[in-house]
Amino acid sequence: MWVRAAMSDFQKDNKNNDLEHVAGNGLLNRRHLLGLGLIGAGSLAVKPLFAAEDSTMSIPQWSKVPGRGPSEYGSPSPFASDFKRLAGGPNPALPGGGASRSPLHLLQGTITPNSLHFERHHAGIPAIDPEQHRLVIHGLVRQPLSFSYEDLLAYPQHSRVYFLECSGNSGANTGAVAGDSSAAALHGLVSGAQWSGVQLSTLLEEAGIADGATWITATGADGASMGRSVPLNKALKDVFIGLYQNGEPIRPEQGYPMRLFVPGWEGNVSVKWLSQIKLTDAPANFKDETSRYTDFLADGKALQFTYPMGVKSVITSPSGQMALRRIGVHELTGLAWSGSGAISRVEVSADGGRTWADALLEGESQALALTRFRLPWLWEGGPAVLQSRATDSAGNVQPTRAAVLALYDAANRYHFNGIQSWDVSAQGVIKNVYA
Amino acid sequence: MSMLKHVGVKALLASALVVGSTMTVLEAQDNVQLGQPVTEQALQEWDLIVLPDGTGLPEAKGSGVQGKVVYEQQCAACHGSPGPLAAGAPVLFVDPTSEGSGALRTVGNYWPYASTLFDYVRRAMPATAPKSLSDEEVYQVVAYVLAMNGIIAQDLELNNINLPQIEMPNRDGFVDRSHIQ
Repeated sequence: MWVRAAMSDFQKDNKNNDLEHVAGNGLLNRRHLLGLGLIGAGSLAVKPLFAAEDSTMSIPQWSKVPGRGPSEYGSPSPFASDFKRLAGGPNPALPGGGASRSPLHLLQGTITPNSLHFERHHAGIPAIDPEQHRLVIHGLVRQPLSFSYEDLLAYPQHSRVYFLECSGNSGANTGAVAGDSSAAALHGLVSGAQWSGVQLSTLLEEAGIADGATWITATGADGASMGRSVPLNKALKDVFIGLYQNGEPIRPEQGYPMRLFVPGWEGNVSVKWLSQIKLTDAPANFKDETSRYTDFLADGKALQFTYPMGVKSVITSPSGQMALRRIGVHELTGLAWSGSGAISRVEVSADGGRTWADALLEGESQALALTRFRLPWLWEGGPAVLQSRATDSAGNVQPTRAAVLALYDAANRYHFNGIQSWDVSAQGVIKNVYA
Repeated sequence: MSMLKHVGVKALLASALVVGSTMTVLEAQDNVQLGQPVTEQALQEWDLIVLPDGTGLPEAKGSGVQGKVVYEQQCAACHGSPGPLAAGAPVLFVDPTSEGSGALRTVGNYWPYASTLFDYVRRAMPATAPKSLSDEEVYQVVAYVLAMNGIIAQDLELNNINLPQIEMPNRDGFVDRSHIQ
């Protein structure tokens, strides 16, 4: 009942407000983002669910004692302990295998902290001594070469911000029934970071590419020695040996001391714990590019070597399993990315895709990196279905869930980039829904 | 570690040639060449990649009859034993003429090359002790799994010559999309 009461108050108080609606069910002009705090605080008749606190302010205890001193390696506040990856349990059939997902619904910006970057392993995280580790480049080269970690650190380093996404990300939404899941559980196999390292082309030139080489086959030093094949033209274009992640040595779960990084492509090809690059005249057809990471079609065939990740976006806040706690203006925010370029546009709908409005893209959208979008939304206590739809610089538009499903066999879970729908109930409860 | 290690020979030569000129730091860095030469011979034991044409297969042999013993000891605990009620993680045995669906796309009805089975078993299995099988045992287990999928006879002795010649039932089941980059 509070909703109805609040709503009528809201309408009354809000009569003289100058809110410019840009699409149905409360989507507001981006310029209202600037005034969010002000509007939220007063003139927009916010109705908090909780009574105001006692207004008498006193000096807190921590202002009356010295705090703890500096440390060698920082850690988050114990009060921010809910900023955690969503980690799967142990898998007895595949020791060390599994995944953990980034808590997208809690994060801001476009850089995922190293401790929260998603991870996916096929035989656990090896404990590699960098002094003993070697990267060997061989096969169809003029001179096979071996590089130590220290050698690679001495090469010119190149830094770029990229997203990394598992091709199984969002695959849960291919299922027949929409699971009541969070944005992290559904879409948390994507993260963004600034990666630094050595261009692979530099090392390939040093070894000398022999006639006939058309592919690189790369394997890691983990228990599974996981391997993937990458066409040589991509390898020469923008692939690099990743040594640093957001400025520090890449984490063990990201491939310490070194990984292959293949910008824009399904995460599995960015082979971690990289120890071998063998130039060949054909793909190796490793287990993870035949039995797995191939996309089932309805006619019984399967797509193989589907590398770039499709254009995708998701509203991360508010999102699944969250609840709106007040009537009024909320900021809708989320992430968009594409393996085929930069994000050029993100549209948002609050009425299940009937009407759309352009969201504000924060900062300059970079190719193959996460872009954050924002749009103010006036929630008046009614039902809504929130959606976002991204367009990339190559002109690809994020498809509907139904359009993606129509391309594949029902059992396919890879490369799902359909539009995410979040259902908002009149009580403000948000759930994953197929719409 | 001496500084010399970090300056490639080419860079040193280049520096010598441009003494007194304005070679930039970046130009000098472009000439860093620190790779240590190795021979393919030295990599033979270490390189585990097997291509569909058989490149990389070791010279050894093994049959499915021998492989049954290895399989039951090393594989069955997770993958289960062949039979109409085969169950395991993941399932390895399926009627090769059945159309794959869901999790039941496996060796017999999905994998396009026998080389992949050899490559994967040798580099990654058994999951609790990867790379612990001898080359002979890998041939044996591969032969057993292929035989139990009805692809080869159980007494066929697999080796580096005949393994790449096996025609997997789903050999033509894939659409190559590697040109889309």
